[in-house]
Amino acid sequence: MLSVAVKKKLGAFSLDAKFDSACGVTALFGPSGSGKTSIIGMVAGLMKPDSGHIAIGGEVLFDSATGIDEPAHKRRVGYVFQDGRLFPHLSVARNLDYGRWMSGANRDELQLKQITGLLDIAHLLRRRPGALSGGERQRVALGRALLMKPRLLLLDEPLASLDAARKSEILPYFVRLRDEIKLPMIYVSHDASEVKALANRIVMIEAGRVAATGQVDLI
Amino acid sequence: MFELSAEEWTAVALSLRVAAVSTAVALPFGIAIAWVLARKEFPGKAFLNAVIYLPLVLPPVVTGYLLLLAFGRKGFFGETLASIGVVFSFRWTGAALACGVMAFPLMVGAIRLSIEAVDRKFEDAAATLGANRMWIFLTVTLPLTLPGIIAGAVLAFARALGEFGATITFVSNIPGETQTISAAIYTLTQVPGGDSKALNLVIVAILISLVALVASEWFGRRAGARVHGV
Repeated sequence: MLSVAVKKKLGAFSLDAKFDSACGVTALFGPSGSGKTSIIGMVAGLMKPDSGHIAIGGEVLFDSATGIDEPAHKRRVGYVFQDGRLFPHLSVARNLDYGRWMSGANRDELQLKQITGLLDIAHLLRRRPGALSGGERQRVALGRALLMKPRLLLLDEPLASLDAARKSEILPYFVRLRDEIKLPMIYVSHDASEVKALANRIVMIEAGRVAATGQVDLI
Repeated sequence: MFELSAEEWTAVALSLRVAAVSTAVALPFGIAIAWVLARKEFPGKAFLNAVIYLPLVLPPVVTGYLLLLAFGRKGFFGETLASIGVVFSFRWTGAALACGVMAFPLMVGAIRLSIEAVDRKFEDAAATLGANRMWIFLTVTLPLTLPGIIAGAVLAFARALGEFGATITFVSNIPGETQTISAAIYTLTQVPGGDSKALNLVIVAILISLVALVASEWFGRRAGARVHGV
């Protein structure tokens, strides 16, 4: 259960958003430039709100009133970026292992097998990111975020950089992820068809404000 | 016939040692300073930048003289350092110090450019994966800076091999201790008939520089390919 109430001024643009999300997939839906990416950036700890409150379950990640600001690397919030952002100097296997490496935990071969199987990326492990197609890159990025064992997954337009064919190739993986892993997800998108296929709940963002919240029939 | 005397071989070996040691010792400082200049804003940054680049524009003799004032036997730092057994004056270590100082701006410049070119998006990605700032630097920023670090190290090495003015001013021209290839060539050209002997050392200097440049090209290409993910 994620609760977000944040305010931030970004130049002439002002963001003032408040919403909650329970389990399943919550879509942040709205036009480009409406502040969706900034909102999840704040949830991840990559951007600092001017004021507000962010909590997952009972744990406060940010609270301007009490001065709490958990650094990004301690939040255990997975993030899949629009452009994947696989580390170019590391192989696919090392990219996937990065979160585990940083946490110092033991290797979890079972989970690795499960995730690489779910995403069909087991055959890519020895490749370098530069040798992947756009769709493969996004699947590896998704796997990398899942393997750090996050308590919440943020997806920032993960399909936006792909063409229609690639999109329809990857969308089923997200559906499987939703139904099999049951990890709460925030899915940022401006594409109504993606949102309809995935989301349980929709938060409409317009010009930095929450315009409406509701079920998928909202759009 | 191409033949070097024992003394000339000593000069070649000394040059290589001075260049290698000065580059290796300067490198960690070069990376740290380059990172600070590339990433941090603070009062006095312009001044720090100017001080770092000063040896590039000052006459080398002036740099050597300043080193003599600071690190000479009676120098400001020299006296203190001598008391803990670190002596620079008229030693090869002093030659390495002079070369390191002269080469430092080139090294810092190359590494700084490379750090500025690192896409900080990768650092954000590493943070979301649980890496703190030190680990982000070690596992993301530093590897992505590697081509610049190699370029900076080779430039510094080459500059150290060619250093003459600051070294000879600071630690003189003592065969076997501070007489590098450059100083040996200079000495030979000062005696009648020495020019032809100097030619051998000149050829050695050219060979070393060529090998360094080819090696840096090769390493740089490999590191560059890695950075671009192929």
